[in-house]
Amino acid sequence: MIQDSATWRGSRWRMGVLAVVLSGMLGAATIAAAQGGPAMAAKSAAGSQIEIKEHKYSPATLTVPVGATVTWINHDDDVHTVTSSAQAFTSRGIDTDETFTYRFTKAGTYVYFCTLHPLMTATIVVK
Amino acid sequence: MTDETRHEADRQGKNDQHEGGMDRRGFFECMAWMGTGLVWTASGGILSASRLGPASAQERPPAGNFSFVQISDTHIGFKGEANKDAIGTLQQAIARIKALQPAPAFLIHTGDISHAQKAGAFDTVTEALKDTGVSQVFYVPGENDVFADGGKEYLSRFAGGRAGWQSFDYNGVHFIGLINVLNYKAGGLGTLGHEQIEWLEKDVERLASSTPIVVFAHVPLWAVYPKWGWVTEDAGQALDYLKRFGSVTVLNGHIHQIMQKVEGNITFHTAMSTAFPQPAPGAGPPPGPLKVAAEQLRGVLGVREVKYIQGKDRLAIVDSTLA
Repeated sequence: MIQDSATWRGSRWRMGVLAVVLSGMLGAATIAAAQGGPAMAAKSAAGSQIEIKEHKYSPATLTVPVGATVTWINHDDDVHTVTSSAQAFTSRGIDTDETFTYRFTKAGTYVYFCTLHPLMTATIVVK
Repeated sequence: MTDETRHEADRQGKNDQHEGGMDRRGFFECMAWMGTGLVWTASGGILSASRLGPASAQERPPAGNFSFVQISDTHIGFKGEANKDAIGTLQQAIARIKALQPAPAFLIHTGDISHAQKAGAFDTVTEALKDTGVSQVFYVPGENDVFADGGKEYLSRFAGGRAGWQSFDYNGVHFIGLINVLNYKAGGLGTLGHEQIEWLEKDVERLASSTPIVVFAHVPLWAVYPKWGWVTEDAGQALDYLKRFGSVTVLNGHIHQIMQKVEGNITFHTAMSTAFPQPAPGAGPPPGPLKVAAEQLRGVLGVREVKYIQGKDRLAIVDSTLA
């Protein structure tokens, strides 16, 4: 990273670098979405949905491929969250019949819990 | 119709002020009781109170005596099946508080002021409580008040952006408000944390052991039912600093029902909610909002009056349901 500070020339350079990086990321994201399209639709119909009911996430462990999208739906009379214990992601409060969706772009094991009822825990395995 | 439950207010064996050879002090204490229009009768070790005649509008307790109200789990913003009108039941609770004679010195709210930090909920509660005519309200948060932002909104609004735990003195009674709903971890339980426990140690250090102590916090400070998170993991460390005191009253919320426990000089009381009940420990699959028949709802919601009588070790706890 350029350590240059307040000179006008330095900031122009950094903005230029930033612009290149951003457009690169956008490009990559577009490609990924295009590739994921049809395959993902089949997966989400099959089993990338988790139900929150009676203070439990069901299924408690779900395995999905990299790039998969998981949707949680809350069927409890109470608000819940879906919060990664490694702080990788968090929903806001999910009300009754509301959903939260997250796309897993990196492989790994994600333990998550509800910040209102922390004894509610579950796991997503992405591989 | 008021359904009041009364609890033992005095140490076993010391109920009776009229022991043989009543001294002058005992006589005046007796007269003080009569002056408030309350007759206390002891039966089977349990004190119960009944009013003498109509209460006067300007009834004042004898100097030193006072009462306060604990209100808990108002959950404003909740719109589930268990109660579609949490604001309405809050207003009924406020009407109960307004009717208390003499008026309480202050209110203590033991948390879950809002339901899931719903927008406007804090405002609704603070505004509504002004209707009680009681000017001072002390708050501690429940997990619903802090879960979305690590407590930022709550602490900036109710604690001047500081840590949020607090203590104050009233008529010689020392009150301590603790927070045990921050820093929740996956699979974890309510905790007080090192910093708060150290603060507590220093806070009570200077107090004589005869000072009555009241502790208020959202999650129970004893192990009501750990499987449902109805416990504070490190409460034991805090309570160690309070063991030497002759009278410690712990007031909690969170479980939306009344339970109590006595451990030496410490009595623990959990409170009803004004919004919805929850199942008894282990009685339902989840410890969430419990729907009851519509005509039963007001009978399981309520508020609590706590009375301090100078010279009595134990505070008197009077719970009232909304119907």
